[in-house]
Amino acid sequence: MSGAAMQDLTAQVAYHLARRARWRGLEYVFWAAALASVFFLPAKHLILNEIAILALFALSLDLLIGYAGIISLGHAAYFGFGAYAAGLIAKHGLIGEPVLALLVTGLVVALLGFITSFLVLRGSDLTRIMITLGFSLILREVANRFAGLTGGADGLQGVTMAPLLGQFTFDIGGHVAYMYSLTVLFVMFLVARRIVYSPFGLSLRAVQGNALRAAAIGIGVNWRLVAIYTIAAAYAGIAGALLTQSTQFCSLDVFSFERSADLFVVLVLGGVGYLYGGLVGAVLFKITQDWLAGLTPQYWQFWVGLTLVIIVLVGTERLSGWLRAIRRLAFKGQG
Amino acid sequence: MSFALETIGVSMHFGGICASNNVSLQVQKGARHALIGPNGAGKTTLINLLTGVLRPSAGQILLEGRDITALAAHRRVGLGLVRTFQINQLFGELTPLETIGLAVSERMGAGGDWWRVAGSRGAVDRQIVEILERFHLVDVMQERTAILPYGKQRLLEIALAIACRPQVLLLDEPAAGVPEEERHEILATVAALPRDVTVLFIEHDMDLVFSFSDRISVLVNGALFTEGSPDEVSRDERVKAVYLGEDEVDD
Ligand SMILES: Nc1ncnc2c1ncn2[C@@H]1O[C@H](COP(=O)(O)OP(=O)(O)OP(=O)(O)O)[C@@H](O)[C@H]1O
Ligand SMILES: [Mg+2]
Repeated sequence: MSGAAMQDLTAQVAYHLARRARWRGLEYVFWAAALASVFFLPAKHLILNEIAILALFALSLDLLIGYAGIISLGHAAYFGFGAYAAGLIAKHGLIGEPVLALLVTGLVVALLGFITSFLVLRGSDLTRIMITLGFSLILREVANRFAGLTGGADGLQGVTMAPLLGQFTFDIGGHVAYMYSLTVLFVMFLVARRIVYSPFGLSLRAVQGNALRAAAIGIGVNWRLVAIYTIAAAYAGIAGALLTQSTQFCSLDVFSFERSADLFVVLVLGGVGYLYGGLVGAVLFKITQDWLAGLTPQYWQFWVGLTLVIIVLVGTERLSGWLRAIRRLAFKGQG
Repeated sequence: MSFALETIGVSMHFGGICASNNVSLQVQKGARHALIGPNGAGKTTLINLLTGVLRPSAGQILLEGRDITALAAHRRVGLGLVRTFQINQLFGELTPLETIGLAVSERMGAGGDWWRVAGSRGAVDRQIVEILERFHLVDVMQERTAILPYGKQRLLEIALAIACRPQVLLLDEPAAGVPEEERHEILATVAALPRDVTVLFIEHDMDLVFSFSDRISVLVNGALFTEGSPDEVSRDERVKAVYLGEDEVDD
């Protein structure tokens, strides 16, 4: 093979390896819509704020399940820990500025994730589910016991947030809160996107696909899993912190099993393993919840359940196949 | 002088089965060393022990004289001890390009890069190209591995090991299940390895064993039965008995 042809092939290899990382048209549409909601749906900013936070939380679970195959049924542990950490930081004035407090909370929860990863990552899927679940229950009970610090069952009272960046005061309509949460979500999404399309991200897919072979080509399987578990914990913690910061309150239900379970529903609704699943799922989940709760207050969970069953029965494979077909049709012109 | 690879009294039990029984094997540097034996003799188990997939119940494993018995599997790869699998162990959802990319990145210390888009290191990309070409995988490099024809998957299985640039290569029936007319493609890639790479290979095809190897160890019921040059082993009546007793070897 000639030098020129070789160079050409090398360029092709680089191009195809980076293929997954390229931005697609629908992604621009998604974020443009998110931005538009800031300007055109001011009356909905409160629920949009909740959606953005749920989306970030679900993105965190997607990093675990979709990219590393780690199933956690107690992801609320990190969400809740982040929520209380941010609340305590604000209440006791440890760090005045919310963004800085958010970053510090993220680091603290990352540390917690790192330490607990060694417990979680040993053993089979079933062990992992049980340990994560148990861990979130333990944290909840600990928060309940140390009522002097956490307010116990009454929740953490007296959290007041300083203005964002020293400029923007959190308002009752949730406008500042939503812009804040959406910005954090966007930045965290960009980071997650960068990570999953890196060589490290590719190695996670390999580990998930075949851990035996991954180790046989020199990939330190355990360390890769520890790393992504730590990152995912930080994401969940930051989502929890956002909730406390934007509502200036936090209660024991941040640790609840329902929260971890709902998160699963969100992710299954949106689809696993393409990064937007948690985001789309959060939008669908909250809107459906809102809408159905208005329609049939008692039965909205019935409909959510039914949708879930249908999705799982039809199979996400087939559903995403249909989506791909639609997308192909929609983007035919661009070839 | 130390051996490329050596086991000292290695044993492995599965419940009541003794899959490896006090095996002491020495593989010379640069050897083409065949490991043969009837089905269930414990050949694959030995490879699993050598590569760290399994931990021996007793005994020691030395690589270039260094004790690696307690070393994690992926660290052994870093020291140049690489294997292929009897049954393909590939990443079905990834492409051959990504698969080879994983191995090359890992070897060049770029596998943990998390703030860099895959494919953005020229040195890695050039080596991927080199492997893809050597194994005739360029035309399928973007297909999903799971849908490749078996022969191509088998080539990828071996290409993946070579991409790790082994010093000691362990091949577990490299041509297993590949139709006769495609075998030569796989065997040619193995024969073309540099002489200083040590190869320990398991193979059932006796013609192949005798033509390719310079040393043969025979494993029976988990224990080393005998060992010698191809000539010695082919003349050994006891080996014939073991094989003819249980296998349809033609002479
Ligand atoms: N993980 C395991 N658990 C229990 N028994 C096992 C395990 N792996 C292998 N064995 C048993 O150990 C013995 C040796 O198996 P092994 O796969 O090493 O044989 P082999 O020489 O590679 O055979 P073949 O030529 O068929 O590949 C067999 O009896 C097998 O059933
Ligand atoms: Mg075998």
